[in-house]
Amino acid sequence: MDQSQITDRLKARFGERILSTYAMCGQEAVTILPADLVEVLTFLRDEPELRFNMLMDVGGVDYLGFGGDGEDEDEVRSHRFEIAYQMFSYDLRHRYRVKVAVKDDSVEVPSLWEIWRGANWMEREVFDMFGIRFTGHPNLRRILNHDDFVGHPLRKDYPITKRQKLSRPIDHLLTDKQEWA
Amino acid sequence: MGLESQLDNPFLTTTIDTVVNWGRKYSMWPLPFGTACCAVEFMGVVGPKYDISRFGAELVRFSPRQADLLLVMGTVTQKMAPILKQIYDQMPQPKWVVSMGACASSGGFYDNYSVVQGIDEIIPVDIYVAGCPPTPENVIGAVYKLQQKISQEKVAAWR
Ligand code: SF4
Repeated sequence: MDQSQITDRLKARFGERILSTYAMCGQEAVTILPADLVEVLTFLRDEPELRFNMLMDVGGVDYLGFGGDGEDEDEVRSHRFEIAYQMFSYDLRHRYRVKVAVKDDSVEVPSLWEIWRGANWMEREVFDMFGIRFTGHPNLRRILNHDDFVGHPLRKDYPITKRQKLSRPIDHLLTDKQEWA
Repeated sequence: MGLESQLDNPFLTTTIDTVVNWGRKYSMWPLPFGTACCAVEFMGVVGPKYDISRFGAELVRFSPRQADLLLVMGTVTQKMAPILKQIYDQMPQPKWVVSMGACASSGGFYDNYSVVQGIDEIIPVDIYVAGCPPTPENVIGAVYKLQQKISQEKVAAWR
């Protein structure tokens, strides 16, 4: 299905709950709130004409400093974090993107682990890098940075020259059953 | 048969240091600690065209206990650092370290939260090789430099 048709389907189904839409070069996306995330993405997965059966990627964006003082109108954001979900349908071979605007300071977003099991490690990565808390995640721990790491390095206010050393062996990772959960 | 058959008197006078260092420098066993693109360049170094075995260092070992030349090739992250330290500690003496490429020597362009800014923060380094990645000639040059260094060493200095 064409991406603009998917946008139309979502707008017809969820109406006001679609905060904004985005279209560029045939790629479309909608922005929603965390409260609607599970419902919208379950719809995308289960609707027979959409059947997005694969979550390809979860990515975070930090819009710190995009508060409206910039010259570019498009870049103004009232929220700091955005999570982008890329989906793909194996059966129908179409793709789509849904963004979530994280407005409150608790930076909580529901986990999609119940919808796509593959969300597990991708959400851990976003947690590690941006500190987004995925509620309902079975094993929300750091995945790339070492265990002694403090802070979230892809946040814009993380000092670029800050170094954090790991001084102990990481042997425990090899035997840690939960790590591979 | 050998050289001694050419000599009237089959004895040579030398020092322990000279003869042991001569043996060591032409029989280095490298352990490739390859973590990034530099390791791909190392394949060219051991391959037939450049062929590091011409300098006696062809017997690549993947166990630190069987190697005496640690070649660190690539970006080393803070998470990887304890592993590199452990591998270095597992190597029996005498042992030498070559830091290949900008990343291993200084962090390279990864001036960021996760990368060790030079492996000499963790382990001693004998030879640094510049380049991103260094050419195979550069790496062979490092082996050659290391051979010169070894020939100056005192055997008793190693435990
Ligand atoms: S020095 Fe350059 S080629 Fe070598 S590992 Fe770093 S980025 Fe790769």
